[in-house]
Amino acid sequence: MKINRKLFPYVLTLPALLVCVGILIPFFTAVYYSLQRYNLKMPHMKGFIWFDNYVNIFTDPSFWNTIRVSLTYTFFTIIIELLLGLGIALLLAKRTWLNNVLGVLLVLPLMIAPALASLIWRLLINPNFGVVNYVLSFIGLDGFTWASHPDTVLFTLIMVDVWVFTPFIMILLLAGLRSLPRQPFEAAELDGVPEYYKFFRITLPMLFPFILTASLFRLLESIQQFDIIYALSQGGPGESSMVFQVSAYLQTFQYTNIGKAAAMMVVLWAICYFLCHVFVKQWHKLKIKTKGELLQ
Amino acid sequence: MKINIWSILKFFAYIAIIMFFLFPIAWIFNMSFMTNDEILRKVPVLFYEPTFKNYLGLWQGEIAIEGFATMYVYFKQNLINSAILSVGSVSVTLLLGVPAAYAFARYKFKGGEDIAFTLLSFRFAPALLIILPLNLYFSEIGLYDSYFALIWVYQLITLPLLLWIVRGYFEDISPDIEYAYRLDGHSWFQSFWRISIPLAKPGIAAASLLCFIYAWNNFVFALILGSSAIQPVTVGALAFITASAIPYGLIACGIVVSVLPTLILALFIQKYLVQGLSLGAIKG
Repeated sequence: MKINRKLFPYVLTLPALLVCVGILIPFFTAVYYSLQRYNLKMPHMKGFIWFDNYVNIFTDPSFWNTIRVSLTYTFFTIIIELLLGLGIALLLAKRTWLNNVLGVLLVLPLMIAPALASLIWRLLINPNFGVVNYVLSFIGLDGFTWASHPDTVLFTLIMVDVWVFTPFIMILLLAGLRSLPRQPFEAAELDGVPEYYKFFRITLPMLFPFILTASLFRLLESIQQFDIIYALSQGGPGESSMVFQVSAYLQTFQYTNIGKAAAMMVVLWAICYFLCHVFVKQWHKLKIKTKGELLQ
Repeated sequence: MKINIWSILKFFAYIAIIMFFLFPIAWIFNMSFMTNDEILRKVPVLFYEPTFKNYLGLWQGEIAIEGFATMYVYFKQNLINSAILSVGSVSVTLLLGVPAAYAFARYKFKGGEDIAFTLLSFRFAPALLIILPLNLYFSEIGLYDSYFALIWVYQLITLPLLLWIVRGYFEDISPDIEYAYRLDGHSWFQSFWRISIPLAKPGIAAASLLCFIYAWNNFVFALILGSSAIQPVTVGALAFITASAIPYGLIACGIVVSVLPTLILALFIQKYLVQGLSLGAIKG
């Protein structure tokens, strides 16, 4: 190798970096756009207006609605997915034939594109022939409105999100459960410690790094969810399921207001960055705590 | 009695889980073999004569609807597009990502960790933040609606994924084997090609399959950066469902064909899934 030893690693990473620098440029462009009055329909009005876009969105009740809907969506998807994922992982923890098969099969929803998952559910809850409606009619829930009513649309979206992403939590926690050391449990068994005590004092604390990792990934994805919502309700009816990215999408392609859309995305990015930062800190602490055994 | 109640509860939990998570997939498969009349019945039919008309129609691109003229569907092109975009993205990712992953694993270099984390952070940035300006750029330089541009943008999701998974595999290989091989007079490239890559092969294979799944499942990039001529199945299927008069069986069939590749691939990478999904943070 003739290339300087010090430079060599940079040479290896350079192509990957170049591709990503191509991505960094639009990022800064977006920040720049967010400081401009920029509407595609009124190009002559384009100009620098500093933080007016931000002032605008934060004084706009529909943006507060977007924040509220996004946070509601994120909160409920994460909570339900965590509880359900943990429950299923506990149920499947023992290595039996049935559990192993189910562990494989239950991952399938996660492998379906979220946009397609929405379409699957659209066919299942179709008011004319949806099989789910038929089943629900037996328990008196005839004519449940699903995505067509502002009161039920978020529930429907959260259900689809839970369907797709619970397996994500489940598979990570299942791996976690199965990798826990046996000694503490055996010791507790000898001492005759009650089940619930074992669960809250041994299982949960040891599982915590896994729960944290899974939640971080889900949190960042959930607050940015676009595919499921766009394919199912497009933010409607009205603005009842308008989340960040759908709102920015409509702002761009319906109202051609690039400046406003960019400002919204920068706000979302700031939220994600903040969440990531908080979590990575916790992550590092845990890494030190577990001495790199569980988390690499 | 306590044990009995537990096992009954457990039994119902199993049933509920299977119904909620697996029934929708099974039902869509079921629907794809039904005629429109059978689907539209108020009481779902369980026993019917399966028809392959939907699949045939999807493949041939035209379907005769009773009472209407022949209808044309262009779903085959979406499937081809999905294949081109996914295979293209994974190939580019392999080419760019494997050497970079090796560098991050083997060398401690100034800024190395920062670069690795910057690459990772792309995965967590809002997609639209980057695509909106890109959309305007691409229109200006004539890259809008091209496979090339889309494959480039797909690197945003596939590259960090591969990088962080494969890095872990390279870290597990002892550098001494490579040194020994190089002391025999072989060049760095030879040791990389003949020793490191074969040893990390399971990881590279699993990572590229996972990248393929993520690329195949992507929706938002092609929705914004391409016209219907190059859009993959995820976008195509949505257009399919919103268009009126397309038989529901055909829609179901389109969805089945779109999800089948990823479902099958998922079965192959079971063993590596945990590590892959957590970007190497958890070893399954």
